[in-house]
Amino acid sequence: MTDRSASAPSAFGKRSGASAIYNRLFTGFVWFVGICVILFILGLLFLLLQKGLPKLTWDFLYGLPSEIEEGGGIGPALFNSFYVLFLSLAISIPLGLAAGIYLAEFAPDNKWIGLVRICVEGLSSVPSIIFGLFGIAIFVEMFQVGLTILGGAVSLAFLNLPVLTRVTEESIRAVPVEMKNASFALGSTHLQTIRRVLIPVALNGIITGICLVAGRAFGESAVIILTAGVTTSGSMWDFNLFSPGETLAVHLWYVQSEAIVPDAQEIAQKATAVLIFFVLLINVVFRVPLWLNGRKTKL
Amino acid sequence: MQAIIEIEKLNLFYGAFQALKNVSMEVPERAITAFIGPSGCGKSTLLRTLNRMNDMIQGTRIEGKIEIGGADIYSNDVHVETLRKKVGMVFQQPNPFPKSIYDNVAYGPRLHGIRKKQELDEIVESSLRSAALWDEVKDYLKRSALSLSGGQQQRMCIARALAVGPDILLMDEATSALDPISTLKIEELAQELKDKYTIVMVTHNMHQAARVSHQTVFFLNGEVVEYSDTEKLFSDPSDQRTEDYISGRFG
Ligand SMILES: Nc1ncnc2c1ncn2[C@@H]1O[C@H](COP(=O)(O)OP(=O)(O)OP(=O)(O)O)[C@@H](O)[C@H]1O
Ligand SMILES: [Mg+2]
Repeated sequence: MTDRSASAPSAFGKRSGASAIYNRLFTGFVWFVGICVILFILGLLFLLLQKGLPKLTWDFLYGLPSEIEEGGGIGPALFNSFYVLFLSLAISIPLGLAAGIYLAEFAPDNKWIGLVRICVEGLSSVPSIIFGLFGIAIFVEMFQVGLTILGGAVSLAFLNLPVLTRVTEESIRAVPVEMKNASFALGSTHLQTIRRVLIPVALNGIITGICLVAGRAFGESAVIILTAGVTTSGSMWDFNLFSPGETLAVHLWYVQSEAIVPDAQEIAQKATAVLIFFVLLINVVFRVPLWLNGRKTKL
Repeated sequence: MQAIIEIEKLNLFYGAFQALKNVSMEVPERAITAFIGPSGCGKSTLLRTLNRMNDMIQGTRIEGKIEIGGADIYSNDVHVETLRKKVGMVFQQPNPFPKSIYDNVAYGPRLHGIRKKQELDEIVESSLRSAALWDEVKDYLKRSALSLSGGQQQRMCIARALAVGPDILLMDEATSALDPISTLKIEELAQELKDKYTIVMVTHNMHQAARVSHQTVFFLNGEVVEYSDTEKLFSDPSDQRTEDYISGRFG
């Protein structure tokens, strides 16, 4: 018995032939590409952070920018970044969720709604500068308020609205119809089903969408340059909606291209590090509710 | 036995297609009624008219009358939410919410305004006991319902339906996705529940209909061919088509 099993190939031995070779080639290829991409991203991060990160100081994060001398900070720009991000999300999340839920749950199935859907899809890939021009048309030309935080935030919200709408609609549609039926059959109203089943189940997708637009809003420059300007009010904690609202991303562009301060290079490096750090942080922070939600619903 | 559901000259159309043709019948209270018939003959459709789940299918049109406990359920002053609270439904595939077992069963009572923890605890326990699941899950109420087996999930869905306090329980092929032992458990469960609830079940399994039901309704192409006491229908059908079907000559 024993020597037979040693000499004869096992019935469950390795599969041979072309399909097995292709399978291994493909697996190897996917691993190779995956590792290359990861290395590339890590390398990029290292390159960007390595120059700025060691030189970061609290003074830089907090300090006021300077036009001529060395040693200016990014305080107001950083503050504006968060302020504009917060305002734009406060506008776009409720509207985007509402529109997405409408399209998924209430919209009648006709040509008109089909057209709306195509428009939303189209708008979500329109270059951001178009939304900047739109912001100028409204805030600078129509309301004559000039370049303001408010104008920047609203324009950013418009930029993100189509993406949020689409993501919400798709996540809600992806909820299995059996779950909806279960809820309705227990005597729930449409609103109760949306609140207690559809949104919690779709939350993963919706939060991913919010992460996406939050990161984009934080790093957006074209819209802000056109609608909120390339200057700040020059003081910290300025909550005035009508102050000029240069954000960190714009500041980065500004010191790289226009500024005459001698340490522009260094400011740009440090600002880059800060920008990347906060974009990563935003992604982590928005995942917390997901994680909590997952703990409640999974095993 | 007294009739709790009375259906009179019911026609139902999905767009231009007529799925139910002039259906008239009665369902006795606190007993099990089984719907049998070949696939596509309208069993699920009729079942869904009883809790108005058909309302959600676009293009459905209904003629005729359905009375439950003497009240026309398609009249304008009926709230479907209240109707569905009284007429619960269990689906073919177990469909738990991705929430804990407790939250699944408490879902219905919470919808209808019950907030107190103690009250909810009691409802959850008694519903799970009624569905013969309590002993298996009482220590894991906080676990996800998705971690239960298929048969346990289906019994949890029954508990979830019972938790809102219905009078009538509709079961659409509730055992067709289950193994024989789970099926047996649910059949036994139905036997126990029939003392308190009126049960209407769709089944493809004629033995199941013969085993558990008091009254059997035979459908063919959207029509009710025959309905009578289960024993009579299976031993001495009055219509030739019924006899052909139960003796396996078609369908
Ligand atoms: N949403 C719908 N839209 C259009 N037609 C439908 C719809 N649902 C069912 N039908 C049609 O109505 C008829 C009855 O369907 P129903 O689901 O009631 O059959 P059934 O007896 O439950 O069949 P099965 O035993 O296979 O579940 C079928 O011909 C089906 O094609
Ligand atoms: Mg069916």
